[in-house]
Amino acid sequence: MKQVFKRPNSLRDVPFHFCPGCHHGIIHRLVAECIDAYDLREKTVCAASVGCSVFMYDYFDIDVCESPHGRAAAVATGIKRALPECFVFTYQGDGDLAALGIAEGVHAANRGENITIIFVNNTVYGMTGGQMAPTTMLGQATTTSPFGRDFRREGYPIRMAELLSMTEGTAFSARVAVNTPKNLMQAKKVLKKAFEVQLRNQGFSFVEFLSSCPTNWKMSAEQANQRVHDEMIPYFPLGVFKEKSETDIL
Amino acid sequence: MPKVVFQEERCKGCGLCVLACPKKSIVIGDKLNNQGFTVACLAPDDQCTGCALCAEMCPDVVIEVWK
Repeated sequence: MKQVFKRPNSLRDVPFHFCPGCHHGIIHRLVAECIDAYDLREKTVCAASVGCSVFMYDYFDIDVCESPHGRAAAVATGIKRALPECFVFTYQGDGDLAALGIAEGVHAANRGENITIIFVNNTVYGMTGGQMAPTTMLGQATTTSPFGRDFRREGYPIRMAELLSMTEGTAFSARVAVNTPKNLMQAKKVLKKAFEVQLRNQGFSFVEFLSSCPTNWKMSAEQANQRVHDEMIPYFPLGVFKEKSETDIL
Repeated sequence: MPKVVFQEERCKGCGLCVLACPKKSIVIGDKLNNQGFTVACLAPDDQCTGCALCAEMCPDVVIEVWK
């Protein structure tokens, strides 16, 4: 018998701390599979963020550098400039990248830094207990917007993949979801493209994953998965927003 | 016949594998693991084809598939 599915080598054989049904685990596995696919384990450095993804150094069998809240893109810039032969990526949540670290993210993109940002958007600050994030949907109740987000008071949810596709230095910007097997297969292809962009030294690559957060949305895993389809994908459309061709070298 | 192995101690019973299975061959059973979650298992009359979509969707990477 042939094993058709097994744990990727880059993912350590330890249990995740994530809540039941959280998509972080799926996204972790996809990233580990891509690292294995390009045989990058020995030369990958990750800049981890603050948030639910903070324990990446326990889960990935690669070098991980912890960053101050939101500043993973700045830390990754330094790592990549000092060690240009390494593959450098950051893994950030929406509170981390879209709120505290938006300046670092936008300027890293604008400088065309040759790094990859993996952005996990679950519309809420997960680890700190479900406060409102810039990506929180209109009407969504959180601990800091108990009556729902109102655009007259808190503005509109921010679309990071579109925002970063506007900067000249960005070589690749896309949004994917992992709520169904079909979306997941598409996400894997897009993530590989983002990795290839960095391996070809083309510049900044950005992949936004839509994720569920059953605990802070106060839903079951099944309902949260459905909400990604019903509410998030209509507002945060999936797709590739910018892709420089292979001959475009910065 | 494909073989599907669940690492039951890691399963959190979220049910995403149940949603992913095109043959509806996975159920959340009655068995509790040490974490206190009821774990996923193959249905008694499973029609597993070994497509591994359950394993792809599992957030805790508890499923291994042989074919």
